[in-house]
Amino acid sequence: MYEIIEGFLEAARLIVTLDADVMAIALRSILISLTATVIGTLVAVPLGAAIYFGSFPGRKGLINLIQTLYALPTVVVGLLIFLLISRVGPFGFMRLLFTPTAMVIAQTVLILPIMTGLTISALSGVDPVLRDALRSLGATRLQFFGNVMKEARFAILAAVAVGFGRAISEVGAAILVGGNIMASSFASSTRVLTTAISLETSMGNISESIALGIILLVIALGVNLVITAIQHR
Amino acid sequence: MIELVDVRKEFDGKSVLAGVTGRIEQGEIFAVIGPSGSGKSTLLRLIDLLDTPTGGTIRVKGIDIHAEREKSLAIRRMMGMVFQKPAVFNTTVSENIAVGLRFRGADGGRIREKVEEALDMVGLAGYGERRARTLSGGEMQRVALARAMVIEPEILLLDEPTANLDPVSVEKIEELVVRINRDLGTTIIFSTHDMYQGQRLAHRIGVLMKGGFSQVGTPREVFTLPATREVARFVGIENIIDGVVVGENGASVVDAGGVRVRAGWLPGPGEEVSLCIRSEDLRIAPADAARTPPGRNALPGVVTAVVPRGPFSRVAVDCGVPLSSVLTWKRVDDLDLREGSRVVVSFSPESVHAVRRD
Repeated sequence: MYEIIEGFLEAARLIVTLDADVMAIALRSILISLTATVIGTLVAVPLGAAIYFGSFPGRKGLINLIQTLYALPTVVVGLLIFLLISRVGPFGFMRLLFTPTAMVIAQTVLILPIMTGLTISALSGVDPVLRDALRSLGATRLQFFGNVMKEARFAILAAVAVGFGRAISEVGAAILVGGNIMASSFASSTRVLTTAISLETSMGNISESIALGIILLVIALGVNLVITAIQHR
Repeated sequence: MIELVDVRKEFDGKSVLAGVTGRIEQGEIFAVIGPSGSGKSTLLRLIDLLDTPTGGTIRVKGIDIHAEREKSLAIRRMMGMVFQKPAVFNTTVSENIAVGLRFRGADGGRIREKVEEALDMVGLAGYGERRARTLSGGEMQRVALARAMVIEPEILLLDEPTANLDPVSVEKIEELVVRINRDLGTTIIFSTHDMYQGQRLAHRIGVLMKGGFSQVGTPREVFTLPATREVARFVGIENIIDGVVVGENGASVVDAGGVRVRAGWLPGPGEEVSLCIRSEDLRIAPADAARTPPGRNALPGVVTAVVPRGPFSRVAVDCGVPLSSVLTWKRVDDLDLREGSRVVVSFSPESVHAVRRD
């Protein structure tokens, strides 16, 4: 019990004094997951819109598949990317294994289904009367798509936030393709909040783990606050 | 302006419109009235190109609108539509009203000017910067009307625009509809299940029943000379007597289960008819005091119920056929009418409107 209290106090000190190692890990986490989220958004939102507005055979099945992939286990994604980029894999020549780039790729793949699926849900959530209104006001096809998306903007934003949350909080893929490396340079290190918590806890450094855990929670909370603020505007 | 020729629409094999034929003239207010589920919304949606008919033709200014796909946008841009459910885009009131103008590439100055004008017209001046979602249902519906009006449509389609609104909002919308038609000459088609709204606003009414127009005519024609038994029932004629035309002393009368009724006009003997008599055309007098002028129908009966209805009472009488009339409370008291009272119900043959039954 004493150790845990001690851990919290030490964690508070690490955060308040902006401990260099802890801050570097936190910043790296944010950068990697943010990059994955931006790429994910650029793919998932247009893809979701194309699936929603499109009509093609197998559309329903595709949506079902996407929803099934919401629960894609992070280690499975990690393993898949590992196999693709390991030295013996088809993309081994690119020497991506154990780099931040590999982590961005894995996290992007991980969050694509849920972001695409939630974009489709966001667009389906637009009141059918408003869709009729847009058409009756004389919208061209493009104006129609644009305005339906505009109407769904807050729900799409929520999809982006969910993607970021899933990316920054996953550990399986980050460990497998990142390797939790603490190198001399910031850019070639792959240690992020989740992998660091996992490592420090296993080594008995409870206070570091608690500090990193609190930061992770604060980031998640912060993202939620921003989203809520935008939605209530 | 608009011609409907045998317009049919099925949803999943279920027929909603089974051959609607009619004409809507330029500059008129045309009401489509009918019970819920009679296909009123579907008909308006077909005219606005929001749905595709299963069969038949809709021509607007001579153009078969569902055949000429490449003209869809141009045709749709001639029309504006307001829907039953008040719905606004999640932005400001001004931006809501501007949507159609933006689609048409209007410049900023013109948009501001038109939006201000429209806000003023629908009585929402000063509301421009408010978030549309914070408005009441009635205000939202006026925004929807303004949104459809700024694009200056030649045809305005209103799908039960007041169905979910409070009486004050209903009055405002009705005023606007009349003004838009009068000041701008816009052809207006609106649907309603409120027959009195149809009567108040429309130049002509089409009664949509069983997938087609049972009757098209002026409000006066529809309300006093309904074409079928169903139309009579729908427009609120409470006394409908079914019978057969028979000869009596060289004249024609209707025999309704032993009760004989004379009417101003009747088809030939042997025809099955329904007689429609408005409650307000019936007189009720106590049985002992009855002095019926010659020529009037006079049916003795017994009062079965006296039901209050606003400032009046509805008095139901069993004369062998059920009849009911509407009297003021004072009149009911003066005549001392109550359940079981013996009375005579009288009405002139001219107030009886006979329709053939199929």
